[in-house]
Amino acid sequence: MRQGAAGEDMSDHPPVPRLTLRGITKRYPTILANDGVDLAVSAGEIHALMGENGAGKSTLMKIVYGVTRPDSGSIEWEGNKVTIHSPAQARRLGIGMVFQHFALFETLNVAENIALALDERITPAALAPRIGAVAERYGLPIDPGRLVHSMSVGERQRVEIVRCLLQSPKLLIMDEPTSVLTPQAVRQLFDTLRRLAAEGMSILYISHKLEEIRSLCHNATVLRAGRVSGTARPREQDNASLARLMVGSDLDDRPPQPRKAGEVRLELKDYSMAARDPFGTALRQINLNVRSGEIVGVAGVSGNGQKELLAALSGESIAAHEGSINLCGRRVDALGAAQRRALGLGFVPEERLGRGAVPGMSLAENSLLTGAHAGMVRYGVVQRGAARASARATIAAFKVKCGSEQSAAERLSGGNLQKFIVGREIRLAPRVLLAAQPTWGVDVGAAQLIHRALVDLRDSGAAVLVISEELDELFTICDRIAVLTAGRLSAAHPRSQLTVEAVGLLMTGTAKGMTGATPECANA
Amino acid sequence: MPELPWGPFLWRLERRAAPSAAMRIAAPLIAAAAMLATSFLIFAFLGKDPLNALDVFFIEPLNSLYGWGELLLKATPLALCGLGLALGFSANVWNIGAEGQLTLGAICGGGVALYWGDILGPLALPVTLLAGVAGGAAWAAIPAYLRTRFNTSEILVSLMLVYIAQLLLTYLLHGVWRDPEGFNFPQSRAFDERILLPLLYDGQRANLAFPMMLGLAALSWVFSSRLFAGYRMRVGGQAPAAAAYAGFSERRNVWLALMIGGGAAGLAGVCEVVGPIGRLQLDISPGYGFAAIIVAFVGRLHAIGIVLAALLMSLLYLGGESVQLGLQLPAAVTGLFQGMLLFYLLAADLFVGFRLRRVLRVSEARA
Repeated sequence: MRQGAAGEDMSDHPPVPRLTLRGITKRYPTILANDGVDLAVSAGEIHALMGENGAGKSTLMKIVYGVTRPDSGSIEWEGNKVTIHSPAQARRLGIGMVFQHFALFETLNVAENIALALDERITPAALAPRIGAVAERYGLPIDPGRLVHSMSVGERQRVEIVRCLLQSPKLLIMDEPTSVLTPQAVRQLFDTLRRLAAEGMSILYISHKLEEIRSLCHNATVLRAGRVSGTARPREQDNASLARLMVGSDLDDRPPQPRKAGEVRLELKDYSMAARDPFGTALRQINLNVRSGEIVGVAGVSGNGQKELLAALSGESIAAHEGSINLCGRRVDALGAAQRRALGLGFVPEERLGRGAVPGMSLAENSLLTGAHAGMVRYGVVQRGAARASARATIAAFKVKCGSEQSAAERLSGGNLQKFIVGREIRLAPRVLLAAQPTWGVDVGAAQLIHRALVDLRDSGAAVLVISEELDELFTICDRIAVLTAGRLSAAHPRSQLTVEAVGLLMTGTAKGMTGATPECANA
Repeated sequence: MPELPWGPFLWRLERRAAPSAAMRIAAPLIAAAAMLATSFLIFAFLGKDPLNALDVFFIEPLNSLYGWGELLLKATPLALCGLGLALGFSANVWNIGAEGQLTLGAICGGGVALYWGDILGPLALPVTLLAGVAGGAAWAAIPAYLRTRFNTSEILVSLMLVYIAQLLLTYLLHGVWRDPEGFNFPQSRAFDERILLPLLYDGQRANLAFPMMLGLAALSWVFSSRLFAGYRMRVGGQAPAAAAYAGFSERRNVWLALMIGGGAAGLAGVCEVVGPIGRLQLDISPGYGFAAIIVAFVGRLHAIGIVLAALLMSLLYLGGESVQLGLQLPAAVTGLFQGMLLFYLLAADLFVGFRLRRVLRVSEARA
């Protein structure tokens, strides 16, 4: 079934594309998710589906995979018009999908997980040799007997890919596959995808990362607000032209100017903390300082102690620990979140809804969440006018798209809510700001605005600590970068002395069970 | 999304773009209407003329000044308990034991009235009321302490304490506090008249407790919508992680919610014994503390709504008594109506966030 390798050069398309979408339209009560979308993918083609968050990429892929039905439009599979009712039918046609969030049972092993997900009935023991064979053939080393909870995110993704490949799909859909991978794991994944395409498989690659698309994909379809805003051959484009298709305007990507750092504002000394649950990570002997006027980045794949480090810094829950934390010259490791805030700590948490903001409350009420000391509460009475004014100012300064300051937080898109939360914290003029995954799931334009705001805050003399999985982000804004791996933090090195490659190696060097990565660290 | 085959059409439950504000207000009214419609059927089924039965249930009790007084009298403890509970419910603190706190309020207030009523003179009534508040709050302090110290469920603890409170009252009334001239009935001496709450109007039984309740309702509205402490409690209820993020103490919320809820229920209890009852006896409350849970939710956890819901619930009590007398229906009718009201309210609440849409096209097979 794998024939007609199209390989790298896609100059002559086969006469009948493998998948053709014509005029796909899908309307939800609040939004027109897809509006007359056309798309064609040939055999052996790696086709990028690009677009910012909320552009309609996921809806379109759910339609192809039979999870959702379009309101109008048609789907042709190898030249025949089809109606895809269900994922099971999509799989029978030969469509496989690797989701962004993996649905694996942590307490089962690889073979058991895959056996559960396959449409055919087969015992895990009988499946194991087939898993081994597919894994070997495509350079995806996994052990069928390993328990999933012991695997890294990259390895879990391999399990998902192998699960799809076992069904010999003709079209593989990959939804933002690299968002959780280290640079080395990304390269491995790309090797595999290229090999699959060379054998004639079609791949639909959903992403908003321009570099990746340019290095991997033959063709690209760009969605903006539910419509196709253009198609391109990514290799013939530069980042700026691709971004313009995606965002609709030029991006301002001047690198921030370095600045002289001042006194130490935040300092951890030999900070250790035991893991609080069996799947948590213990922090071991963490030493870190952040000075006034600098941005320090903490790189690393989630699950290596990020959550625990943030909890220790924010004071949301105070656990038994060794070592100390100093904030603006005061020892704070026994103080609660409110007291640390009073000393000048600002915090942008990773979860927006439910932690950074109360979903059912208005933006004005959400300003009050951290603004009690900023004139919004007097003698225990809420100053509603002040809270509203503060919310309005944040909305204006950070270009938050919302009805008004009375809109409920849950009605905002993820990116807009993040702009609001970052803006709210920055407008409180913190002396130290913690930001966790500040642009996770945020579109390019908003990400840039947030980056600019963090740099401006730094320039005003604040100390900023950014914890992020996105290396590009850290290299864009940070003055120094440290790497968190298995609860240990490396020394923070100036950005100019680091390469993405070296940080990637630090990230994987001691990560549990990462195969294919060389353990020696390029310590710049 | 669930699809219901219903007649020739397909009905689809669809999430609304925004929760419907109109529906939020309409839901209690729809629930009340559905309760009326169902009761119509039930009366018909029981062989009573439904129109007559509804007249006996809902109209007859309010035919007199005395009837209106009874309405306010019974609404008062319901609203007091409901207001206190609602503050807790909106802060994720599930005090189910208002009935027990009410009983303790009656015991403590009654104790003061029995033993120090004469000595205190003009201060007797205020001190009695305060003792009731303190008693209810102290009883609620037990689940508060256990939750903040040992992380126990306040739902179970507060509920179980109801039965302990009632047994404590039984013990006192069969023992040390029994009226020596009461022919061995388990009840205390009648309180001195000077300790009783003054009536609003002669010829009926509603007393000063009703305007006190209205004042407290206004206070509770100010507390939850204007004070930072109320805001902290709402944040703690709606998004505990956001409350932790902002540095709001969960302990403080739990204590505050249970102290206010227990104090309000205690006040309701003492107002009963120094009001219409006039002494301590075994039956202080026909389940006001439990019915107040329904009152809090039917009233949308909002002060004005709770006062209105308490009046409705009070009418259900009066109607239940009225049909017992007039139509020889069982006493369980009151509970049946209360249950139906809550049941229909929860059902109607679904349509705050969702709407039902008719799908004309017959859908194809779905996997």
